[in-house]
Amino acid sequence: MKRGLQGNEQEDGGGTSGGCQKTLKRSRKQRREKDLEDEEVRWECLPQEILLHVFQYLPLLDRAFASQVCRGWNEAFHMPELWRCFEFELNQPASSYLKATHPDLIKQIIKRHSDHLQYVSFKVDSSRESAEAACDILSQLVNCSLKTLGLISTARPSFMEMPKSHFISALTVVFVNSKSLSSLKIDDTPVDDPSLKVLVANNSDTLKLLKMSSCPHVSPAGILCVADQCHGLRELALNYHLLSDELLIALSSEKHVHLEHLRIDVVSENPGQQFHTIKKSSWDAMKRHSPKFNLVMYFYLYEDEFGPFFRDEIPVTHLYFGRSVSKDVLGRVGLNCPRLVELVVCANGLRPLDEELIRIAQRCTQLSAIGLGECEVSCSAFVEFVKMCGDRLTQLSIMEEVLVPDHRYGLDDIHWEVSKHLGRVWFPDMMPTW
Amino acid sequence: MVVNTIHWFRKGLRLHDNPSLKDSIQGSDTLRCIYILDPWFAGSSNVGINRWRFLLHCLEDLDASLRKLNSRLFVIRGQPTDVFPRLFKEWQINRLSYEYDSEPFGKERDAAIQKLANEAGVEVTVRISHTLYNLDKIIELNGNQPPLTYKRFQAVINRMDAVEMPAETITSEVLKNCVTPISEDHDEKFGVPSLEELGFETEGLTTAVWPGGETEALMRLERHLERKAWVANFERPRMNANSLLASPTGLSPYLRFGCLSCRLFYFKLTDLYRKVKKNHTPPLSLYGQLLWREFFYTTATNNPCFDKMDGNPICVQIPWDRNPEALAKWAEGRTGFPWIDAIMTQLRQEGWIHHLARHGVACFLTRGDLWISWEEGMKVFEELLLDADWSVNAGSWMWLSCSSFFQQFFHCYCPVGFGRRTDPNGDYIRRYLPILRGFPAKYIYDPWNAPDEVQKAAKCIIGVHYPKPMVNHAEASRINIERMKQIYQQLSCYRGLGMDASLLATVPANSNFGGNGTNPRAVCTVTNEGAGGSSKDPSVQVGMSQTERAQSVQKRRHEETPLESSSKSWKQSK
Repeated sequence: MKRGLQGNEQEDGGGTSGGCQKTLKRSRKQRREKDLEDEEVRWECLPQEILLHVFQYLPLLDRAFASQVCRGWNEAFHMPELWRCFEFELNQPASSYLKATHPDLIKQIIKRHSDHLQYVSFKVDSSRESAEAACDILSQLVNCSLKTLGLISTARPSFMEMPKSHFISALTVVFVNSKSLSSLKIDDTPVDDPSLKVLVANNSDTLKLLKMSSCPHVSPAGILCVADQCHGLRELALNYHLLSDELLIALSSEKHVHLEHLRIDVVSENPGQQFHTIKKSSWDAMKRHSPKFNLVMYFYLYEDEFGPFFRDEIPVTHLYFGRSVSKDVLGRVGLNCPRLVELVVCANGLRPLDEELIRIAQRCTQLSAIGLGECEVSCSAFVEFVKMCGDRLTQLSIMEEVLVPDHRYGLDDIHWEVSKHLGRVWFPDMMPTW
Repeated sequence: MVVNTIHWFRKGLRLHDNPSLKDSIQGSDTLRCIYILDPWFAGSSNVGINRWRFLLHCLEDLDASLRKLNSRLFVIRGQPTDVFPRLFKEWQINRLSYEYDSEPFGKERDAAIQKLANEAGVEVTVRISHTLYNLDKIIELNGNQPPLTYKRFQAVINRMDAVEMPAETITSEVLKNCVTPISEDHDEKFGVPSLEELGFETEGLTTAVWPGGETEALMRLERHLERKAWVANFERPRMNANSLLASPTGLSPYLRFGCLSCRLFYFKLTDLYRKVKKNHTPPLSLYGQLLWREFFYTTATNNPCFDKMDGNPICVQIPWDRNPEALAKWAEGRTGFPWIDAIMTQLRQEGWIHHLARHGVACFLTRGDLWISWEEGMKVFEELLLDADWSVNAGSWMWLSCSSFFQQFFHCYCPVGFGRRTDPNGDYIRRYLPILRGFPAKYIYDPWNAPDEVQKAAKCIIGVHYPKPMVNHAEASRINIERMKQIYQQLSCYRGLGMDASLLATVPANSNFGGNGTNPRAVCTVTNEGAGGSSKDPSVQVGMSQTERAQSVQKRRHEETPLESSSKSWKQSK
């Protein structure tokens, strides 16, 4: 390896790439000539910190190519700092269009870098093999002290299709060995109460984020255990059947930090399902303890299953109705959701929501985002709604078909009226017609 | 010198508003209008029987019209690059004309033919008449990028010069002394083939619901305008059960094949509007159908990867599921959801479905329920849908699957509810799925919920005579909206701690979606402060490398920065 000359490098004490620290004593003329001559060959003498910094900008493949250049660059490639985060992509050609992380790379990571890994996620496609491969890797991360773990199904939830015991034992390896888990995303997995106990036993001081929507094997008692012990929990996502008054009280206890984000999915398995109610006092306790928290609720219910909901005041901030929701329920939303910030309605049916929208504009004074899909609103009522909200509406996503022309406004001038009240150019969302 | 001309029909299958033909006739001694039956139809062999039948109708109609002018249509089999050198020689050609084709495949093919023509000393006349405008001018006016939102597109259109008037129809006056040498054996050598000759099984084939040809197109145009005048308000007609059925005034297949000139349609609409509304300026929404078509042509013209996800700079890289079995059920109308199955049945039988029906089935296939790639849906439409040409089909599928064009993904068309709200009685279902005729309106959209007695009375047991629903819609839409949110969150370089509350704000207003052909897979994600440590939670940055983020910032397009006179469009109504 040629030794180039670069003035600053001599001072650099951090570089560990082989043999460039020697100062060569030469005459000025010789040095200048050598400089010019060596113009092209200085690269391998770049100190490790700079290399590291540059490598961080490269995608993995390019970095891997760079690592083949020389021993110094190869060493830099394997510096722990470059292996703190990794996203394993596990796809099968039969079920995905995307490429997977190369198995050799996975082997290398497990061999050389498993104790460097701190922020890890697994993206799996809809095949069982991919989920199992993810768990196999997890089982081998014995030396890891993970801060973040994400198990993400990118299509159908394949973690649910593998043997539960295999999944649980792999997950337990991480829970037991990591001891400083801060963020955990395990939606759509067969995680259960006992494994949550293990999580809590080892990581109760550090856990800040837990995302576990649609984990059917967890019971309300299981999640309550987490809330009771993990006082640093700031963000939680789960399904409605896990929500209880006790849980909300636990999250509002004095020992608990302020909750920042609570996401609840309300999903109906079969038509006519019954849902329990949460007491208003529990929500009030939450509000007192964490006045600024976001309460995000996603509803996937049949129209006649909304009975228990929106009867009392509820501090919901973000509301999404993924199926058809009745006028009546939207009327109750206007009455009982004073903290509402975002409202998204997928479908309502062909009766105008004029009154309901006006009421929401009046009473939901924090509302800044609204999305309406398959609904109907008369143009006049819509203009009134926008006028009342004014420019606090930063997101106004209305499908064009929603607006019904009336005697005052047609479709061609409504966007002008609305733009006026919003203070910016606005058009409804359109879909191609051809 | 004798001037021998070939006019090459591809689209533009008409004699009205055919400027390239008209211009090349000037001073010609002979004219031969040809159609080349390229075994690889517009770059794909994926063409169903209805599409072929429509095309053959168009060619027969052209031939008939040309006969009235003492000319004929010459149908020639083969590839253009083989056919032309032969014809140039045989017929001593010195002039060639054709209508400009804006699609990337078309441009490539035409460049090759231009070269051959130059080598043979043949003068080439090309004119724009398949689109309202010169698409390159639209792109230029938008800072050398095609507009990627429809609103932006409309704003640019507002600033364009007026649409050019349609060219004079080809009549015997126009032809003057120009003759067509016709041989005795013309029908054998150059006649329009039949479906049987092309290898199709025609036994049991019902009459075409959509007959092809310029004559039919012009008749429909008149009817369409009559109907519009009747509905003097020019309001968008409310969607009802009837809208789902093929209309005798429907024009989209005729626009696609060029039997009807879009410019003629445009001017006739304008004239009618001015007459009825006493000279008011027509709003852009009047031309909705034409402008959507124009929009997709513009977006596609410089993008050869427009019909793919991989390597397509404007397409979001979504981890669609590969599932041929599920795809087949959808394509063949066996999903177990009567609304979806009826629509796909109508599509296969007739070749046309209402645009809201398209939205419904496209949503179901992609982001709504099956999570299958839009490319698969696009291919099925290509085979079956009469008005689906390359640009419009691919563009619409990307739009409907939320793969491009920056629109919100929250609205999901329910395969039960949407149909029920459109046609509460269920007549449309009964028409195309006769097996379900016995079901009452209450259960016809979700027959699996019907009690046994009802199913027995309807003589249709779900799971036996008609399939059970292939997915649980609530579950599927819950999962899928979460997937879309994940993807869009990464695109908007979301850096918050953990979860993002907002669903609406996740769609970026302006950025470049990955896929420059170098989709980095297995990317190692590193925090900004990898070496120095940071208090930021890097968990949410997983999935997007530094490079990708840097690139998307650099390539940020200022889609929403106002054009100088975009205010024009909203001052108009004052």
